[in-house]
Amino acid sequence: MPDASRGHDHEFEPGKKGSLAARLRGWSGPPGPFRPEFWRSPLRGPWLTSVLGLILLAGITLVAITGLVSYAAYEPRLPGNDMTPGRGLLGFYLFDWPTDPVWLYRVTQGVHVIGGLTLVPILLAKLWSVIPKLFSWPPARSVAEVVERASLLLLVGGAVFQFVTGILNVQLFYVFPFSFYPAHFYGAWIFMAAFVVHVVIKLPRVIHTLRTYGLRDYLRTSVADTRPEPPDPDGLVPTDPAPATMSRRGLLAFAGGGSLVMFGLSVGQCIDGPLRRTALLAPHGRYYGPGPNDFQVNKTAASLGVTSDQTGESWRLTLTGPSRREFSRADLLAMPLYTYALPIACVEGWSTVQTWTGVRLADLARLAGVQPGSTGVTARSLQRVGYFGTASLSAAQVADPRSLLALRVNGADLSLDHGYPARVIVPNAPGVHNTKWVRELDFTQERS
Amino acid sequence: MNGHSRWARIYGAPLWHLLALALCFLVAGYATIRVVDVGIWPGFLVWFVGAVIFHDLVLFPVYSAADFAARSSTALTRRRGRTAARPRPRPPRRPPALINHLRVPTAFSGLLLLVWSPLILRGAEPNYRAAVALSTMPYLTRWIAVTLVLFAASALLYVLRRLLAGRAGR
Repeated sequence: MPDASRGHDHEFEPGKKGSLAARLRGWSGPPGPFRPEFWRSPLRGPWLTSVLGLILLAGITLVAITGLVSYAAYEPRLPGNDMTPGRGLLGFYLFDWPTDPVWLYRVTQGVHVIGGLTLVPILLAKLWSVIPKLFSWPPARSVAEVVERASLLLLVGGAVFQFVTGILNVQLFYVFPFSFYPAHFYGAWIFMAAFVVHVVIKLPRVIHTLRTYGLRDYLRTSVADTRPEPPDPDGLVPTDPAPATMSRRGLLAFAGGGSLVMFGLSVGQCIDGPLRRTALLAPHGRYYGPGPNDFQVNKTAASLGVTSDQTGESWRLTLTGPSRREFSRADLLAMPLYTYALPIACVEGWSTVQTWTGVRLADLARLAGVQPGSTGVTARSLQRVGYFGTASLSAAQVADPRSLLALRVNGADLSLDHGYPARVIVPNAPGVHNTKWVRELDFTQERS
Repeated sequence: MNGHSRWARIYGAPLWHLLALALCFLVAGYATIRVVDVGIWPGFLVWFVGAVIFHDLVLFPVYSAADFAARSSTALTRRRGRTAARPRPRPPRRPPALINHLRVPTAFSGLLLLVWSPLILRGAEPNYRAAVALSTMPYLTRWIAVTLVLFAASALLYVLRRLLAGRAGR
């Protein structure tokens, strides 16, 4: 470097044409983080970044797939179900959402939400490991680097955007100026596009790095013996390293411990029984009491404008189909009732199994003059505000004998907050499709 | 082959590199058009770019500065400790570094606060109480309790490790 600048010395004379360009060329960049010697951690290097990258590759893949599965679980083809109506080619049809196994959505959405929370420290560690690249000077040495760095903006922006919107949404902290559904959905596509291309470009180097250095040697090294990795072309390895205060395995245990803390304090909201109380820092692992209706409420009646005068003696269930019929709650209770233990699993990542009693949706379909299995149903709620006042179920969901219009839960009448006088409960359906305070079941459904 | 090398010289990477990235921008661009179509793009853009700025230029500098300050202060106390203990022979086993016993509980506690701040600092209270019928009140207490447990466990571990190191040195 000094030789090169000496070669251009004559050009630095003031007033000469082209001196600015030459000076820029000879300039070693702005001070501070733009200088390589600013970054002193001896732990940064391709090996560490590769290991963290591989963990994220597995984790993000899992969270992305379960996210797409959740989109499919909403049965977006049925009327009124898709929260992203302008989806175009992105909301492609995956498959009819099954009613078996009943715990599937409980697991996939639990993995999506709790998995995302668990990955936060790994993501932060990965971003820490590559942060010097953000300030590398010159910003790009070739056209290829310019293009790749543009994709990294989508990658980092997409990752943080997805994590932040998801984390705020499960806490009902709606500070973002957009509806969560389209933003998280389109944000996911932008992030996934950048993520996939990043993996395609970097995976060969990850494999090469781990083949060259292996896992064991670096993992066995103590703090005292921790030295920087050999110099790398990307400039992750420091040129002026500080003494190590933590080993590489220590750093991995640090990030992994953070994941364990996130996981351990939130996973309880997907579990029933005493372990549910371990969800100390999770929005929906709260204890309501010992009664039959004392389980997680996602939206109270009051918050959606449902009042007890609408749900009293005057309440009627309307069945719409070839024949139109009305039933009081007493009429429904006089029909054959069935009881099943079924999970209710929310898109926000909590779930619980309760024992529901009610009339089969298939029986109600017959009463409306419809053969179960031939058509789906659109359930309409008494709720006046908020999302999911209307939700559509597929023909297969209606035909499943465990799909109920529930009147009772755990042997007691439903409480108002759990959907009194009647609510839908369908095996394996996302929570919002188990419409509460049902006023109408419309069997005249057509697919959109 | 000449074309290959000329391409590499002009572009700086193999052709597939550009093709893969073009595909990425195609998908991301299409998703962006959807965002514009549904009319949420101004907020979306602000939050997307804000996410990068938040992490790279706020969160990272803040925790790095905190770590630097903690390292500087523990390095001072260690140096002072070392001069005081100079007459004793140096133990063969290094005493554990205090910095990590400070770093880990602080980072874990900070992580929990970062993620759950709407509940802990009660910004989500109006929505949460309306929807869930419960208050966010307990979360601050829980976070403080978890933080205390983390620091206590770390301190206990530090004392144990020091004792073990001391015994091994004797």
